[in-house]
Formats: sequence, structure tokens, C-alpha cells
Amino acid sequence: MKPPPFEYLRPESLDELCVMLAGTENAKILAGGQSLMAMLNLRYVFPDVLIDINRVPGLAGIEIKRDRLRIGAMTRQRKIELDPLVNERAPIVAEALHLVGHRQTRNRGTIGGSLCHLDPAAELPTIALLHDAEIEIAKEGGRRTLPIADFIVDYMTPGIEPNEVVVAVEIPLWQDGHGYCFHEFTRRHGDFAVASAGCLVTCDASGTIDKIAIAVGGVSTVPLRGVEAEEVLSGTSGDDATVEAALSFCDGLDVLGDFHGSADYRKHVARSVLRKTLKTAISRARDRLGGLN
Amino acid sequence: MSERSIELTVNGRSYSGTADVRTTLADFLRHGLGLTGTHLGCEHGVCGACTILVDGVSARSCLMLAVQAEGSDVRTIEGLAEPNGDLHPLQTAFRDNHGLQCGFCTPGILMTLMELLDEQPDPTEADVRDAISGNICRCTGYQSIVAAAMQAAAELRKGRRA
Amino acid sequence: MSRVVGHPKHRIEDPALLRGNGRFVDDIALPDLLHVAFVRSTVAHARIIGVDVEIAKDMPGVHAVMQAKDLKPALMSLRMPLGASPSSAQNSSTPFVLSDKEVAYVGEPIAMVVAHSRYEAEDAVAAVIVDYDTLPVVTDARVGAVVGAPVVRTELASNVLNKLKVEFGDIEAAFSDAAHVFHDDLLQHRGCGHPMEGRGVLVEVRPGGNSLCVWSSTQMPHDLFHALSAMLDLDENRLRVITPDVGGGFGPKYCLYPEEFALPAAATILGRNLKWIEDRRENFLAAIQERDQYWSLDVATDADGRVLGMKGSLIHDQGAYAPKPVNLPYNSATAATGPYIVPAYSVDVSIVHTNKVPVSSVRGAGYPQAAFAMERMMDLIATELGIDRAEVRARNLIPPSKMPYTKPLKARSGAAMVYDSGDYPASQAEALAAAGWTDFPQRQAAALAEGRHIGIGMANAVKGTGRGPFESGTVRIAPSGRVSVFTGATAMGQGLATALAQICAEELGIEAEQVTVIAGDTAFSPLGLGGFASRQLVTAGSSVHIASKAVAAKAIKAASHMLDVPEEELELSGGHVRVKGNSNRGMSLAEVATRLRGAPGYAFPADVDPGLESSIQWKTDALAYANACHVVEVEVDVEVGHVTINRYVALHDSGKLINPMIVDGQIHGGIAHGIGNALFEVMGYDESGQPLTTTFAEYLLVTATELPRFETIYLETPSPMNPLGAKGVGEAGTIPAAAAIISAVEDALKPFAVRISQTPIVPETLFNLIQKGRAEMAARGEAIS
Repeated sequence: MKPPPFEYLRPESLDELCVMLAGTENAKILAGGQSLMAMLNLRYVFPDVLIDINRVPGLAGIEIKRDRLRIGAMTRQRKIELDPLVNERAPIVAEALHLVGHRQTRNRGTIGGSLCHLDPAAELPTIALLHDAEIEIAKEGGRRTLPIADFIVDYMTPGIEPNEVVVAVEIPLWQDGHGYCFHEFTRRHGDFAVASAGCLVTCDASGTIDKIAIAVGGVSTVPLRGVEAEEVLSGTSGDDATVEAALSFCDGLDVLGDFHGSADYRKHVARSVLRKTLKTAISRARDRLGGLN
Repeated sequence: MSERSIELTVNGRSYSGTADVRTTLADFLRHGLGLTGTHLGCEHGVCGACTILVDGVSARSCLMLAVQAEGSDVRTIEGLAEPNGDLHPLQTAFRDNHGLQCGFCTPGILMTLMELLDEQPDPTEADVRDAISGNICRCTGYQSIVAAAMQAAAELRKGRRA
Repeated sequence: MSRVVGHPKHRIEDPALLRGNGRFVDDIALPDLLHVAFVRSTVAHARIIGVDVEIAKDMPGVHAVMQAKDLKPALMSLRMPLGASPSSAQNSSTPFVLSDKEVAYVGEPIAMVVAHSRYEAEDAVAAVIVDYDTLPVVTDARVGAVVGAPVVRTELASNVLNKLKVEFGDIEAAFSDAAHVFHDDLLQHRGCGHPMEGRGVLVEVRPGGNSLCVWSSTQMPHDLFHALSAMLDLDENRLRVITPDVGGGFGPKYCLYPEEFALPAAATILGRNLKWIEDRRENFLAAIQERDQYWSLDVATDADGRVLGMKGSLIHDQGAYAPKPVNLPYNSATAATGPYIVPAYSVDVSIVHTNKVPVSSVRGAGYPQAAFAMERMMDLIATELGIDRAEVRARNLIPPSKMPYTKPLKARSGAAMVYDSGDYPASQAEALAAAGWTDFPQRQAAALAEGRHIGIGMANAVKGTGRGPFESGTVRIAPSGRVSVFTGATAMGQGLATALAQICAEELGIEAEQVTVIAGDTAFSPLGLGGFASRQLVTAGSSVHIASKAVAAKAIKAASHMLDVPEEELELSGGHVRVKGNSNRGMSLAEVATRLRGAPGYAFPADVDPGLESSIQWKTDALAYANACHVVEVEVDVEVGHVTINRYVALHDSGKLINPMIVDGQIHGGIAHGIGNALFEVMGYDESGQPLTTTFAEYLLVTATELPRFETIYLETPSPMNPLGAKGVGEAGTIPAAAAIISAVEDALKPFAVRISQTPIVPETLFNLIQKGRAEMAARGEAIS
């Protein structure tokens, strides 16, 4: 189980990287390598060129600018998970990251790598979708920003060109004290989710939900926003009956089945996971609201 | 073949060697440097047997290329014992608690726990189980590993206080 | 009171393993080594039209690409001999070294690439073009057993390899007299062995050629030695097989494999040292598995739930070949009645080929399936008659007053099946008390009131251990005073060396750390059978025990001459023969051994044979029966079908424990394996025979976060069958585990009236059963409590 032959390039600046990307065919970018290296070892992929971006400066780092959290694409998942700013301002990111693989894979794995791999059962794309994140992309002679909804094109297909590279993710922050929950059902701790769900929510002083975002992962070709469920819950108190009504959004999901779960079963699990997620997020919003007052 | 020369530090000692660029770090350590204590159990990043410390953090050496470790400070199972040969308290705890049977997964588990105990000197049993959830052991049922980690943590805390 | 035996001694294996200084097969480097990768079938059944190696053989680093025809000059036959067999004959179901005409499972080896690195070998494997003419595939043994089904290999007239009838008592009378008859159909799937180290073979062509040293990560080096000698027509004196450190066995290494013949044959032809290390995907594709058994059972009872008879059928999936005699279904069928009195029994066994990886034993070797079948029937009786599950078992257990108890069956050796010792009712009672069995209903009701579904389950098991006919044990004190033990039993990580060292040290008055143990090297132990059937400690341990006693007696006798002190006044302690009561007077074992080495022309102590050593091949036909009772508490998330194990109590009676620490480790590992079999491990195939689970991301082994703390209890009823009083422990932990867990899950789901007739039970299957239970109750107009 050894990787096939490839040419190895190791750019030492973003400009050099962009030039390499522009000048190579059938190249793969090696970020944290926690998916790509396994796929190489299994000979599922045969790139002619491997461009290792681990030594490109400026691609890693976490900062908050105004109300946005900016995470460099090469920031290791475990760095994000343990970062005090992230835990304080976007606790759902840390909560979800704890469920990503294992500490050894999070030490190497990067946020940009996970987003570009775009496994529908992975946690980070779902989190990015939930936050309406924006993806910063660079290429030779240019930069652009893509809303996550446009970045997620199809099954394991990100909306970037072969000559482009993701350099950062920008996550609009929710107000302090927002409710959140990321929950998933896996066979074992750290496995890809059979179904996962995330929710961000804020309530006004009366306890009425004034803003809510819902996303589910693991069930379809791509992570999905639960727009209908968001509409059902907005402006309500988020009581159990309304939560149940919101779950009917799962009935309409186009669910993929595989060896670890048929489509019907996954749909059912999604419902169960989403129920727990919504209840926890809403209850946390209320608790944290109480705490702030 | 596209060979690269690689210089790195392993267990405090400088090594230089050459490897084809596609050589995994695990294979380079094992067959290039003769440090066969790091084991390969799956080569697809799940079993954790090949876990080592790269620049202080645990990593699967089957999911890294040797060229990526150029200039790095690597620590492997061979570097745990004291230079005088005394076992590290974690190794002693594994022996005391029967934390290993066939010993094949053991190097990866020890290196994972080295990181945990460094970060979290007073872990709970649940913390230990969480930390080693990415290491598969077919022999022990993990209980003795957890017990060994707890003993080692206590022993290392004593050392820190002293 | 023993000094060394019976105590939780540190393992002598550990220091090297903990330092990374173990020597597993891939750790051994040889000069000018070439590396091998295999071209394996990508289809489940096909005729091979052609194999094109032209591109592959010219690829960088490639030394040779070899097919069956290329190996033929070095082999007496392309067909493998039957492993673990008294005759080592082939038959029409043994596998081929390399297949050149037809392939019968995905993963079957067709050709081998020899290259300067494994990387380059794999490159060339991908460039070998095999032209297949695909043939019909059988993936379900039940379908394969039907007359007219397509055959798994075209050389076969039928897929049914063998049919057996296992029976005793008057089964017709038992059923005609019965107050009740209950029926169930059970689907049992066990996955693969998955030692963390896969298989591996290293061959050294000794200088001068025609002399081979073969290292194999195997459980049976002596079988390989004899088979290789015959297959290569190689003088035994020119062959050595060594088992290096083995990274777990669990059954799959208890087989002869094509790779173990292909490498020595190729090395002979090429005159080069060769290494092949099985990678994990190959381990899924080509190492034996246990897989499927389909049981259909009727049990007859009296009005009180006492079993009068059990009858039915068992269809066993054998896979494409039978590398050794089919012990697995025989074990299952003969072990099913377990620790219970079953007056009449009749089971028809069909062993059926399928186009999948060959089947042989994984930890437990058919016993877990036997226990699952019987224990499920016990639960069925209890449920149907409204009797407590423990009570039904208590009514049927063999009481201690009937020990030794003869089952009217024969072991494979032909010896009567005699349960030698143990108190099964007391074992059950103690395990239940420890687990709080009688309090559980209250706890369950309280949990249910909170909407939590908890359940408790139990299972008993009996395991015949210490399979013979013999094992070798040589104890030698060298003139340096160093003590060595040599055995043909193999160590796969259990701690055999420590246990044997303890047994030896006990008799020689030294410490276990002072003993070196060499297991599984044909140069040191000409005779041996290997590692399987929870046997090594019982058999090799008995030989080492007897041999150590003989060496001790000899040392005393020789020293008596040399010191001129009567033997009865001498004792062994601290590496010396000493005069009792006068610790200053005596001589070291080194001095005794030096004298017994002899010197040219010098006198030798009278009536003492040369050499301070003894070789014993302790023989046995009978088995030492260990018993166990497991009690498990689970919680089921009924929304998704997920099972959490909250508590696990395991009582084991494995006779006298030589090293309680090692025993506990064996039981823990066995239980974890059983939990995997109950809840996680599925080797999936699609209808075309393509395996669906070929990575550890797809095939789920249990990890630390999924397991509870195990609470273990030991009874020590000595076995009268061996001088140690020991019973094996390697498999006992696995055997009742799945049965106990499924019983607990079923108990948790009582509100849905779910009956579980299969293992493993993955969340989706359980979820579907719960939904079915809900629907049936709704149809009957019942509310879910």
C-alpha cells in the first residue's frame, strides 16, 4: 500500500505556489495530507505533481477582524479547536472540531484541506455552510472570494479551478451569547458521521428566536442548509412542538445510502440528530441569554 | 525515481539520508534510518500504530512524506527511555499494568500518550480513552492501557512537583 | 505456596517491545533484499484467459514478474498441501500457490512482482494485465448449497464440500415427549482476525544456495516447515523456519498460505533474498475470515423449561477453498450444547463453498457461534415460558455432582468429550450476584420512566482448551548458567514466554527474568504444533513443567555426587544447588552444567546423563474445559439503534492461573473481540463477490471510547487433565460475549417485543427491528410501554 510515483514541488511563497499551479497539469495540492495521503497510499489518486504547501508562509493563523473570524487555510484543525478566541467567539467550531478524526489527524489536518476535500460527512464544510462562510481563493495574478454556498458545488467537488488555491476562510461571527450545537451520530468516536447537524441561534429578550441557522451533513452528496426548518423556527419560542415541525425538513432530503446506512435509515438518523441539535442550541441560547442579563 | 536528500533530527540525533519523494515518513524511519520501532498497521491513517511526534505534536507517519519532515524534530518510541537505559515512567507504567500484549500498536499509543500527558498532566480516564481513540489495539481491550496512562500521569506529576 | 507461578509477574517480553526493539518480520533486514507484491484477482470468479506481464517486467526497479509456470520448476505441485493435517495431502479444495487457470475470489494471487522496493513492485502490479472470462458467482452459502447452483470452481461437481451429522440421544422421543417446542433461525456473521501486524514472509537464500531460512509471521512454523520441505523437495537439514515477534495472531495466522510457498519457490529460482509484507488491504482480501453461519434450530423442553432435545441444521460458508480440515463448523456443531444437559441432539451440517476469501478459525473458532445458538435458545425458552433467563439456565446447567461430565460426542482426536471440572451453577450465581441481576428490573423500570431503554443480558460458555496431541518443551541450563526454554508452541503476543519462564523458574529456584524462551524456531525445536485453540500454556507449559522438574532433579543428583552430600539434603535456590540449612555450602548451576558438559577423557558423574537439560513432549488427547459466565448491561438509543455498553461483568474459571495479570489481559482482549463481533465488525460483500470493507475506515474495530471497564472474576478449579491444573484463556473471553450482549439488547427492547436472531447487530438492523416491533404493536392496538 504505497503511493504511486509523482513529482514533488514545495513552493516557499504564495506567489511561487500560484505560478506552479498555473504551470502544471494533473497536480494535487498537499495540505495536511490526512485524506490525500491515505488516498495516495491506497492508489485511489494518481497525480503527476504533488504541490506541498506546508512551507508557504502566511497561510496559517487565526484572527478576528471586526465581526469576522478569519482562519488561514493551512491552520491545523487542532490549533483551531484549542484556540481561546475560537472557543469564546465561535464555540460551535471547537465543538465540531473535537469530533473530527482523532488528535493525531487534527494535529496535521487543516481547515482548508477539509473544505477542499469536501467529504459530505465531514464536519468542517457543514460548519462553514452554517456560518455562511466566505472562502478566499488565490491564483496567479488574482484573488477572489466565494460564498460557501457557491464553493460547495457537488459531491467532493469544490468550486475552485485547478490553478487556484484556498488561502483562508472567513466566518461571520454571531453575537456573544448565541446558542449553538453541533451533534452527530457516528459508529465510533471520530468516524465520519452517519448524519450530523449544526445549529446557531439567538433569542431576543422575550426568548423569541430572532436569528437561526441550521445545516445537516453526512446524508446527501453535499452538506445542506435547513432553510425550511430555519423559517419554521424563526419568530417562535422554539418549543418542542415547533422543533418537531421543523424536523419535517428532513423528509424532503435527497439522501444517499451506502454500506454504513441506507438512505431511509440516514434520513431517520438525520431527524434524530437534528432534534437533539436544535433542542440543545435553543436551550443554550436561552441559558446564555439569562447569563448575560 | 526522484531522490531527495533529507536532514532531520530524530530523538535528538541528526540524521541525513536520501529518499524517493514518495517515500512515507514511516518507511523512511523504518527502512531508511533503521528505526523499526515505529510500526505500520494500516497505511491509511486509521490504526495509529505509526504515530510519532513531529515538532512536538503527534502525527501519523504513514500520512506524511519523508521529504516533509526535512528539518523537523522527530521523536519515536526509540527515544523514550533515558539515555542510561532506564524506562520512561510511561513505559514502566505499561509494563506494570500489562498495557501491551503483542506490542505492535504500542509505539503509536505511547507516542500519543506522551503528547496527552504533556498537555494534560491530570487527565481523567475518559480523557485518556478520547486521546487513544485513534489507536487500534486488538489485544488488550484498552483497559490496561488506560490504567497505565493513569499511573504514568500520577508518576509524572510527582516528578513535576519534586 | 508457589514462589513464581500464580503471581502477576512482569512480562519478560515487555522491555524490548516498549523500547521499540521488537523484531517483527518487517523489522528484519537482509542484504540485497528484493521486495514482492502480488497481482491478485479483481473478480470473484473467472477463467483466466491470459496474463500480460510485458509492460510490468520492464518497469523501473522490477527484477522479475513470476506466474505459476515460472514457479513450477521449484515446486512439487502448484496445489497447496492441506495444512494442520496428519497426512499433508492435497485435495480438490486446497488453494493454489499461484492460480493460472481460474480464480475463485477477489484477492486470489495470480502473479508476483519482484522489485527493488515495495513501491516499485506495486507500480508493476498495477501494470500487469489479466484477461478474465467471468463466471457465475456464489456469495451466499445457502444459495450455493442448492442443487443446480453455479459452482464456485469449475473443477467442483458441487459446492458442498462436506456434510456432517452431529447427533446423540433419542431425538425423536425428545420431541414427541416435549411440553414445548421452540424454533429460531439464526444468522451469525463473524468478521476477520485482524492482528495489527498483517502476515509477512522473509526468505534468505543461504550462501551456497539450496538452503533456505524462512521467517513467517505465522502461528504454525512447524507445519510450514514440513510442508515447505515437501513442496520444494528440500532436505529438512537445509531448511529453517523462524517465527519472529508476531504482532497478534487471532486465527488467520493458523493456516498455510500461498505466499508462504510462492516466496521460497521464487527465492530458490532467483537465488535472491525476498520479502513480502502483507498490507492491510491484502489482509482484507487474502487472509482467512470466519464470516457466515446459518443456523435453524428447534428446541424441545418439558413444562418447566428443561431441555429435552435440540435439533436443526447449520450451513457454513467455507469460502472458495479449504486450506486446512474444516474444524470450524465441527467445533460449532459439537460445542453447541455447551454447559447444559441436553439429552438428545441432532444437527446436520453443510459446509458450502462460496466465491469469497477462504474461511478458517478466528479467536474462538466456531465456539462463539455455538454459544450464541444455545444461549439464544435459552433466552427464547425463558421468554416464551415467562421464566427468568438465569433460572432457565440454572435448571439446565450441568451440576458439579455430575463432573466429570461426558458429552456423548467425540473431539476431533476421537477422544471422548469429557468436561473435566468446574462448577457451572456456582459460576453463574457468582457472576449474577456481582452484576446485580436480581435488582436490575427495578433499575430498568426507573430508567424507562425517564425514557431510557436499558437492558441486562447473560451468557454461559464452555471452551475446550489445550489441544494436543502434544507440544514440545526443552529446558536447558548452559555451562554459563544461563537457562533457556525451547518450545514448538508459538507466541503471538499473549505472554507465553513469561508464563513458560515462570513455570521453569519455579522448579529451578530462579527468577522468571533469568530464563530465555525461544518459541517457534525449527532449528531449536524439531517438534512442535504451534499456537491455536488456547493451547500453548496448557501443552507447552506442561512439557516445560515436567522438563524443569527433570532438570532440577538432575542438577541435584549431579551435585550430590560432586559435593558428596545425599540428594535429599540438597535444594535449588538462587541459581545454586545448596545444602539445606547451610546456604554457604553448595555449587552454582553453572558449575553443575559445566561438569555435565563433559571434558575429553575425564570421568563423568555416575548414573547421570550428559547435559543439564531435558526435552519433554507432553501428550494429550483430551481437552481441559474452561467455563465462563458474562453479564452485560446496555443502553439502547431507540431513535437510531445505537447500543452503549454500560457494564460488563465476566467470570472465568480457567483452572490454575499461572500469571493472573496475563490472564486478565487475555480475557479483556477476548471480550473486546466479542463486542466487536456483536456490534461492529462486518465483512461486507456485494452480490458480485466484491468486498465492500477493505480499510479500517469501513471495517470497524472497537476503539477505547466504545468500551466499558471490564469487571473480571476468577474461579480456579484445577483441571485434572494436566500437571499444571491449567485451562487455556486465549479464546474464552470472546465466546459468550456476543450472546450476552444481544441478550441484553433484546432485554432493553422488551417494550417493543423485539426478538434478535442475528449477530452482529449494527444500528440500522436494530433500528429496523425496533420499527418492526412498533408497527406490530400498533397493528395489535398495543401501546408501547
